[in-house]
Amino acid sequence: MERLRTVLADRGALLASSAVLVMLFAAVLAPIIAPQNPYDLAQLNLLDAGVPPISRSMDGQLFLLGSDEQGRDIFSAILYGLRISLSVAAVATLFAASLGVSIGLLSAYVGGYADAALMRLVDMQLSFPAVLIALMLVAALGSGIDKVVLAIVGVQWAYYARTARSAALVEREREYVEAARCLAYNPLRIMFVHILPNCLAPLTILASVEVAAAIMIEATLSFLGVGLPLTQPSLGLLIANGYPFMLAGKYWLTVFPGFVLIVLVVSINVLGERMREVFDPRVDA
Amino acid sequence: MGVFLLRRLFQAVVTLTIVSLLVFIGVFAIGNPIYVLVDPSAPPHVVEQTVKNLGLDLPLYQQYTRFIQAALHGDFGTSYVHAQPSLRLIAGRFPATLELVVAGLALAMAVGFPLGLIAGHWPKRRFSRAISTISIIGISVPTFWIALMLIIGFSLELGVLPTGGRGATRSFLGVETSLLTLDGLAHVLLPAMTLSFFPMSLIIRLTRAGIREHGKMDYVRFAHAMGLSPMRILLQYMLRNILIPIVTILGIVFGTLVAFAVVTESIFSWPGMGKLIIDSIKVSDRPVIVAYILFVVTMFLVINLVVDLLSAALDPRIRLAGD
Repeated sequence: MERLRTVLADRGALLASSAVLVMLFAAVLAPIIAPQNPYDLAQLNLLDAGVPPISRSMDGQLFLLGSDEQGRDIFSAILYGLRISLSVAAVATLFAASLGVSIGLLSAYVGGYADAALMRLVDMQLSFPAVLIALMLVAALGSGIDKVVLAIVGVQWAYYARTARSAALVEREREYVEAARCLAYNPLRIMFVHILPNCLAPLTILASVEVAAAIMIEATLSFLGVGLPLTQPSLGLLIANGYPFMLAGKYWLTVFPGFVLIVLVVSINVLGERMREVFDPRVDA
Repeated sequence: MGVFLLRRLFQAVVTLTIVSLLVFIGVFAIGNPIYVLVDPSAPPHVVEQTVKNLGLDLPLYQQYTRFIQAALHGDFGTSYVHAQPSLRLIAGRFPATLELVVAGLALAMAVGFPLGLIAGHWPKRRFSRAISTISIIGISVPTFWIALMLIIGFSLELGVLPTGGRGATRSFLGVETSLLTLDGLAHVLLPAMTLSFFPMSLIIRLTRAGIREHGKMDYVRFAHAMGLSPMRILLQYMLRNILIPIVTILGIVFGTLVAFAVVTESIFSWPGMGKLIIDSIKVSDRPVIVAYILFVVTMFLVINLVVDLLSAALDPRIRLAGD
């Protein structure tokens, strides 16, 4: 708790965490906050198509950030897009962390050839840029929401595995693990109940950065048209859809979703960086 | 050296085998390309004939051995869409991507080094702080956002640069390039600037950190004590030492840029490899996808090897494993 206070003592971190919180709430409460359901065709009016920000619709509703070519309120679309982007990232992070941490812990505990082989695989994977691997996975698997999640997991498990392994290697030598072994506890229990809780600090910091990376990967894939399907418009897809209209001068279709995406990603990164400074004193501020 | 190269060669073969296997299983076990190629309303015997012609009716392992045999002869299959050998298709697009990456990297170095030197040498000045802030932004802001901002600024508002395409090209040593015509240069500028933002920020940060670190070292203090001019110390003594790690990182960045070029090429309709792979994924053009992945993996293996050799050549303290 005190450490949390230290994190928030920094003005940038405070700003960043407020931004993240606001966006989390906006995403969760999107159906309540949004002036319209942007994907309910009955609520759209073609006469409102393509109006600039801060103009009124035919029936007096405010288009805070303008509307698209189907008369869809961009503000509402962003709220719903945020929801999709965040849920994809959250689900992917959950899977990637569970998979990566399990592999990392097993690797550290078992050691020997299995450990060497697994870490070789991790090294090999980490020598390629994340976006490229995600793209290769999507190329091999096809696109769609489950494939995007799978691609992100395929990219990110390696980071968790490496971090979990190195933390666990240190913990394994501690007396409490020795004690647990003397009590003849099941190795699985020692790994997940005794060692894992003591490895959580570096893993939490890693996870905060990787969530941002996951959001970015999904947005990039969707922007390129090989990520989420059109029926699930995340922020990246909104940016991509608005892009052709930007060249025609309707900048709001693509600039506002892009701006939200950047604020989200940068805020999470700032927060992660600050957490690293506070929790890991070896890194100088 | 010999042992080192042999080991790397072995590792490369293992990597390529694993990747080819994974890619093959992924690409061929999931999704059916047949209805992309044949009109779904075509009579069944036409569909059957096409499946047979492409070898899609064979068991997976036979398709794989067939594929590997052909691949070792340089044949990665014929693109379903372009009806051309897929490797030739990729090789044909590669120069455009290379041109973009080289232009971006050159731009990044031309701007990044001086700014990094300034920011490192006078860390307290307001200008230096501004440089550092920009470099942080450059690392965290996504490629497509930079591209959009540049398009809005230079193409839509000022109307001075085109929003996409490659422009006029001229043949140089048998390769078409945009860098030799005025129109081509105008087309390459925005995508190259987009691409250069990330490596530029990286160069600024590394140079700045290096200058600040080396500024406290003995050899710099002695040079100052000898009364050498600060400019000479900076450019002749410190820069040389700082360049070693930066050169090796730039090698890796080169590969990363080829990956980022996918986004840049899509936005600016640049006819390179990246745009080809995106288009191919959308229509599941399997031979092109598989050939692209193996091509890129091979390229990365070569780049990583060159980087290791280069850093060993530049810095005598680095020993290659196996020496």
